[in-house]
Amino acid sequence: MSSNQLFNVELLEADALSIRRKILELAFNSGGGQHLGGGLSMVEIMCYLYSSVLNIESIKSKSSNRNRFILSKGHGVLGFYPVLHHYGLISTETLSTYKQELSELISHPIRNLNFGIESSNGSLGHGLSYGLGIAHGLNLRDFDSKVFVLIGDGECNEGSVWEAAMSASSLKAKNLTCIVDFNRFQSDGPTKEIITQDNLAERWSAFGWHVIEIDGHSFKDIHNSFNCKTDFNKPKLILARTIKGKGIDFMENDNSWHHGRLTESTYKDSLSRLGK
Amino acid sequence: MNISLSKNLARQWARIGPRGIYGQSLLSIAEDSPNIFAISADLGNSSGLDRFKSKYNERFLNIGIAEQNMIGFSSGLSTLGFNVFVSSFAPFITLRAGEQVRMNLSYMQSNVKIVAIGSGVSMGFLGNSHFGLEDISVIRSLPNIPIICPCDCFEVFKAVEALGNYEGPAFLRLTGASPASIVNKEDYEFTIGKSITLIEGNDILILAHGIVVSNCIKAAGILKEKYSINAQIMNVHTLRPLDDKIKDLISKYSLVVSVEEHFVNGGLGTILSELITLESIDNVNLLKIGFPNAFLKSGTYEQLLNRYKLNPDNLAQEIYNRFTEY
Repeated sequence: MSSNQLFNVELLEADALSIRRKILELAFNSGGGQHLGGGLSMVEIMCYLYSSVLNIESIKSKSSNRNRFILSKGHGVLGFYPVLHHYGLISTETLSTYKQELSELISHPIRNLNFGIESSNGSLGHGLSYGLGIAHGLNLRDFDSKVFVLIGDGECNEGSVWEAAMSASSLKAKNLTCIVDFNRFQSDGPTKEIITQDNLAERWSAFGWHVIEIDGHSFKDIHNSFNCKTDFNKPKLILARTIKGKGIDFMENDNSWHHGRLTESTYKDSLSRLGK
Repeated sequence: MNISLSKNLARQWARIGPRGIYGQSLLSIAEDSPNIFAISADLGNSSGLDRFKSKYNERFLNIGIAEQNMIGFSSGLSTLGFNVFVSSFAPFITLRAGEQVRMNLSYMQSNVKIVAIGSGVSMGFLGNSHFGLEDISVIRSLPNIPIICPCDCFEVFKAVEALGNYEGPAFLRLTGASPASIVNKEDYEFTIGKSITLIEGNDILILAHGIVVSNCIKAAGILKEKYSINAQIMNVHTLRPLDDKIKDLISKYSLVVSVEEHFVNGGLGTILSELITLESIDNVNLLKIGFPNAFLKSGTYEQLLNRYKLNPDNLAQEIYNRFTEY
């Protein structure tokens, strides 16, 4: 399936809107604090991945030659489970178990190939090494599929991210794409006040990656970056500039929604802001 | 695999030492097992993997001095059907990459074998940074990872062979320098989780693992010769899962001794004391012999074993002293 055939901005915008609604519903219904900001910032990237890059049937059949997605920023499950549901990988019934006692769907992913979840995450800085190992294995097995790893910009504080970054370019892992959800906030506040990320593109580039900077909410940008060929067998780094809390105006760039609780009134309010 | 284990080969392998034999063992099983993959964090030669590297270049990777990446990478690689053996010094792999071991191997149960080379105090003058005296303690606090500590070079081979056929994570701990002491001189049955009776005796039960097992055998000789005390010696090469029969054996002795090249806390001695408490085994005295929980002054391997009384004479003396207290 060529991604070009599937690229339809209107459809993708509708998917994104529907997924944001699902995120709010899920967050409100399960109650308590939720990682809303970082879940909302990754929606367009996820819609594009699941509609145009990953093959749902090959994920369902657990084909060895499937394209794989690793959610390394594991707290981003609100931008993940609703996407798995929207694209038919988990049922409504399964989604409704989110954060219920004994559920497989908790606040961080648990590897479960029946749900299309490739790895257990939650501690930051683990997913890129894991994804690189898969990418290398795919090459050794002569499979042509690809690996996509989503990390946060805060996550780039972790040294293990850079161990994997060095390793990926040394191994010429051109079947590996890392997407940085560059929303410029981390748990305690703006990233620039904690570890500066001003030259993040240059850092990845210096580590031997083919870096593409995009607007992470523009489907056109996302589409172009995923389809852009890389030079010299380099792994690809998509630095996606995003807005934390995207889509709900009062959450945007307000880091109190990094992990926040929706009351009935903020829930209703947030639904009314969608798509505006 | 058709290697015929003999007395001469035992001597030859002992000279090569546990690390070199690890690499050779992996080389020999790789021929019939195309899914064996070896990775090292820039310690491939120290892991005896130089021949493996030249023969199976496509199945070897020096991932660089980056243990965290090594574990995460191996875990991902294993999802494509590879049985990945990773090697580095014990603390680098269990502590530096501890959380990767926890998330990838313990939690996701990836098919990755951790090989801790130079564990215990065999690194001698390289010092505390390189000693592996808490690795069993660390790994056994994480679920799902069997722990194997071979008593000599034959057993390194037997363990690697067994792990080549084992699906899931495991921890292989190599103690001893070269030349290494010899316990086994001919082929024998090795099963993960089944301990081996080396000497039978009714007075004292000695349970040990790793290269110091041979010192226990010598100590048992001294006890018998000097004091007419008959010690039973068990080679507990698998610390987890612990052989079920150990529980029943313990209750038959008034003195049980654990001997290990590990901190006296957190290893076999602790495993046994937990077992005794859990099973409410009465009338058992447990003597735990190992290294004190401290950073040690350096010395040669032999000097360290002597200073901390893991040599045959000191072992015999300490066991005798405790035996005569009752």
